[in-house]
This record gives sequence, structure tokens and C-alpha cells, in this order.
Amino acid sequence: MVSLNTVAPAAASPRPGLSETGVAIDARVEKIYYGDFLAVRDSHVAVEKGQITGFIGPSGCGKSTVLRSLNRMNDLIPSFRLMGSVTFLGQDIYAKSVDPVVVRRHIGMVFQQPNPFSMSIYENVAFGLRLNRFKGDYDEKVETALRKAGLWNEVKDKLRQNGLALSGGQQQRLCIARAIATNPTVLLMDEPCSALDPIATRIIEELMLELKQEYSVAIVTHNMQQAMRVADKTAFFSVDISKGGRTGFLVEQGDTRQIFHDPREKLTKDYISGEFS
Amino acid sequence: MSAEGFDLKGDNSISRPPSRGEILADRAFRGIAYASGGLVVAMLAYILWEIGGQAAPAIARDGLGFLTRAVWNPQEHDFGILAEIWGTLYSSILALLIAGFFGVAVAIFLTQDFLDARLARVFRTVIEMLAAIPSVVFGLWGIYVVIPAIRPVANWLHEFLGFIPLFSTPMAGPGMAPAVIVLAIMVLPTVAAISQDAFQLIPYKVKEAAYGMGTTRWEAIQKVMLPTASSGIAASLVLGFGRALGETMALAMLIGNSGQISLSLFSPANTLASLLASQFPEAGALEVEQLMYAALALLGIALVVNIIGTLIMAMSSKQTVS
Ligand SMILES: Nc1ncnc2c1ncn2[C@@H]1O[C@H](COP(=O)(O)OP(=O)(O)OP(=O)(O)O)[C@@H](O)[C@H]1O
Ligand SMILES: [Mg+2]
Repeated sequence: MVSLNTVAPAAASPRPGLSETGVAIDARVEKIYYGDFLAVRDSHVAVEKGQITGFIGPSGCGKSTVLRSLNRMNDLIPSFRLMGSVTFLGQDIYAKSVDPVVVRRHIGMVFQQPNPFSMSIYENVAFGLRLNRFKGDYDEKVETALRKAGLWNEVKDKLRQNGLALSGGQQQRLCIARAIATNPTVLLMDEPCSALDPIATRIIEELMLELKQEYSVAIVTHNMQQAMRVADKTAFFSVDISKGGRTGFLVEQGDTRQIFHDPREKLTKDYISGEFS
Repeated sequence: MSAEGFDLKGDNSISRPPSRGEILADRAFRGIAYASGGLVVAMLAYILWEIGGQAAPAIARDGLGFLTRAVWNPQEHDFGILAEIWGTLYSSILALLIAGFFGVAVAIFLTQDFLDARLARVFRTVIEMLAAIPSVVFGLWGIYVVIPAIRPVANWLHEFLGFIPLFSTPMAGPGMAPAVIVLAIMVLPTVAAISQDAFQLIPYKVKEAAYGMGTTRWEAIQKVMLPTASSGIAASLVLGFGRALGETMALAMLIGNSGQISLSLFSPANTLASLLASQFPEAGALEVEQLMYAALALLGIALVVNIIGTLIMAMSSKQTVS
């Protein structure tokens, strides 16, 4: 049976003042459907406060699907249906009374494909600030976000240039700057480094390590070394093709060290040893 | 060509250079493309040359005065088309304001998930069918439906708000207002169709990015989709404007064919195209030269509008991509 390994106790919390459980997002997915297609089942995933949670697993196992359910991005897909619950700081984000727009303002997202807006670099980063009617020093916020994303030095002289004129890797860092400019509580990242070179990847990884002082981060990655380097907790998903379908599920979640060095499940062990052999 | 002189025979490779036939086809296609492009330019040049040639005597006689005076007096051979230039620009700009607003609104409505895809296609087809209605039918509809419908409103506006220049004259019958309304409807399909294409070309990931930042649907449209589609929307407006400038039959039936320069929406006016249509049948040789000069002016206006539009688009796409 799948181990629905729950979250570690509050002691793991790296900074004081957090609520007891230390869980920012607690997702109890029973089933996720796209139309009739059962994409994910029985996955209880937690994103802990002040930590980085890595999602790993083979292609098509539903990592993106689960990640995008955490801030209701999947609501854009009409055929999407979720059974179960997702709570964010104790509140059910799929409750009728909750506006997905508000959820997404608190839980930011960086996508696999860079997707800057067709506007200046500055306006891309200031987008969320304007959207949230921020009153304050825009220049400073924009600079801070760009610095954190490791892009400032490359763009400081051309902030008025269109964001689409940057290289793919620069665009991705711009998207990260855009997402963090508004200080969201949680940042979800879906393979954010797949378009980046090793240097930019390192910058983003350092950024993530820095971000976790203030935010909680969940990251999907195919790069095991990356998961080992940055993730405090790791969730391993696999895909079940036994009943003719292709249904993803959580195999286990735990401390990254434990998942990589002492996995409880054979599936995990096989996947990881396949990767490192 | 690179196909020769670069002969790599990979042992197992399926790759091979293009054959002679493929190279020839490529060259032939390029030739045809250049020739078609050249033909279009040559046609434009020929038309300008031909019309310019026939207008030459009038240009020599009247010079630029023809463009800056408002008279049409064949008896005394006194001609000037300022009123028609004014009427052409005024009616086209007003029609474009209306058609631009509604055309972009329709494009947003049909592309931003307000309707399911099938219904949106039906709507789109219906709007495109507007473009297939002959101009003369629009003219008749304007005379028998639009004019009687708006006359009471127009006269009420004139009575109570007559101090506003737009309403400064009463409406007797044909005039600027019905012409503009019908013209706007005729231009609408062009603006709507091309704006829709512009919205549809926006990649899905851009929409995702907008919603991912926590925009409402309206914020996504207003702050992301509209700016992203802006150069396509500008193109639709330029094409719509071109259509409005050249529209002849419906305007000849609705605008009142009277060379007046007035801001009033209810006063009769005239446009270059309808001047040409209404004067040609009975024009004497001298008048034909004048009309050719007027045609040249219309062509010039259309070219200038297109050039300005292209410049605006080049500027906005420079903003988008470089
Ligand atoms: N919009 C959609 N409509 C229908 N099915 C979808 C949709 N998005 C994903 N799926 C299906 O859901 C399953 C899980 O997809 P998902 O993208 O979550 O996988 P993933 O683990 O992120 O894979 P990868 O590592 O390749 O990105 C796949 O079988 C996929 O075909
Ligand atoms: Mg994925």
C-alpha cells in the first residue's frame, strides 16, 4: 500500500512564530480527473512553512497536476475536477466562498516555460505590485526582486526594454522576479530551471534557499541532484498503469535525506537507484 | 549551392541533400513570390501614373488651391474639394471610433472564454457575413430604416443640446449621422475579425501567467491580453480605416452629397468617393480632369493613412519584440 506519509512535527520549523503544525499547504488529494481520465489518486502532500518541498517522479505521474491544484491554477481547465481538500494556512481553498483569484495572489507560481508579458522588464516585475495596488517605492521593489532572481546586473540598463527580448533563461528569471515581487506566502515552481544553464540554475537554487527564510516553496524537478541540493522535504510520485489507465499517486514523502538514502518504498528505491546507477 | 561541394556520405544516415527537382521547385517558388510582389507594386505605380496623367491638366490649372477650397461650380469652372476631404476624414474617423470600440469588444467577447467555442464560431461567422452584404443594400437600409429611426432623436438633441457643435443643425434627411452609423457597421467585420485573430494568436502560457499572478478575468484582459494584442488591433483599425475611406455607394446614398464643412452630425456632407460616383456620369471633359485630381487626393489620403498605420505598428511591435 502507498504510504501517505504525513508531515514532520512542528519542531522542524526553522523560524519561531509559525503556527504549530508548520504546514503552509496541506493537500489531501483523493482523486483528480481531467474529464473521465483519472490523473492522480490518493496523494497527501504537504508544503511546509519555511521549507522547500521537492516533487519528483517519472514523467506523466501528475507532479504538475498536483502542484497546480495547490493554487487553483487548474481551474482554468474546464474538465479538471478535484476530490479531496487543499488547505492553505488552515483554510480550504476549494471552499465555495473562496475566490481563486485571492488564492493565487498569496500562492505565486513560476511555470516550466518562461512566460513574461509583452511589456517592459520593469512593468513585468511591477505587474503584481500594481495589481495589488501597492503604495510605496516601486523602483526599490523592482530592483530587489530582480536582484533576488539574479537578473539585476544583466538588465539594470535596459529596464524599459520588452521582457520578450531577453534570452530564454533571462526570461525565466524575470518570471521568478515577477512572482516574488509581491512577497507571496508560498511559491510554486514547476521545473523552473529546465530552460536554464548550470550557472543560472545555481542562481535560482541559491535564490530558493534564500527565499525559504521568508516563504514556503514547492518545486517540481526532474533533476535529482537539484532535489538533493535544495529540498528539505521530498515527495516521490509514481504512476500506476495496472488498471489500463495512467494514474499518478504519491509513493512517499519525507525528509529529503531519508527519501534518497533510506527510502521506505521499493518504488522509490528503484527510481532513485536507477537515477544514480 | 551548398548541395554540391559538400558531399558527406554518412554510412548509415538517411540524410541526403535536396534533389535537383527540389532545388528547382524552391527557386521557382521564390521567383513566383518575387514576381507577385513586384506585380502589386507595379500595378499601384501604374494606377498612380494613369490617374496622375489624367489629372495633370487640372493640377497645372488649380495647383494646391484645389485641395484647400470648398467649391464645386462646373458652370464657372471653379473647383475645390476641401469639403469632400473634410467629409471623408470626418465620416471615416467617426465610423472607426464606433467600429473600433464595438469590434474590439466583439473580439474580446468571442475569444476570451465568454462563450463556448462552438457558439463563438457561429457568432464569428454571422459577423463576417455582414461583410458580404452589398453596399447598395446597406444604403437602402440606411435610407428606409436608419434615417427615420434617428431623425426624432437627432432633432431632439438639436433642440435641447444645440449649443454643442456636434448637434448644431437640425436633421432633415441624409447627412453625416446616418452615413457614419452605416459605415461603422460596414467596417465592423474587418475590425472584429482581425482583432480576433490578434487575440487568438496570444499563446496560452501568457493567459496562464496572467491568472497565475492572481488577476481577475477582466484584469487579465485589460492588463495583459489587450496590450499583447495591441499591434494586431492597430492593424485591424488601419484596415478598417482604409475600408471606410473608400466606401462609396452607401455613402453616396446617405451622406447628402452636399459639400459643406460642418462639425454637426446632422448636416449633409460629402466624401471624395461619393463625389466621384455622383459626378462622373454627367462630367464634361474638364470636370473629368478635376475628378481625376480628386481621385488622386483620395488615393494619397489612403496611402498616408496606411503609412502612418504601418509606422505605428512597427513602433509598437518594436516595443513588443526588441
Ligand atoms: N489539461 C489536461 N487535460 C487532460 N489531461 C491532462 C492535462 N494535463 C495533464 N494531463 C494528464 O495528466 C497526467 C499527469 O500530467 P502532469 O502534467 O501532471 O504530469 P507530470 O508529472 O508533470 O509530467 P512531466 O514530468 O512530464 O511534466 C498525464 O497523463 C497527462 O496526460
Ligand atoms: Mg510537469
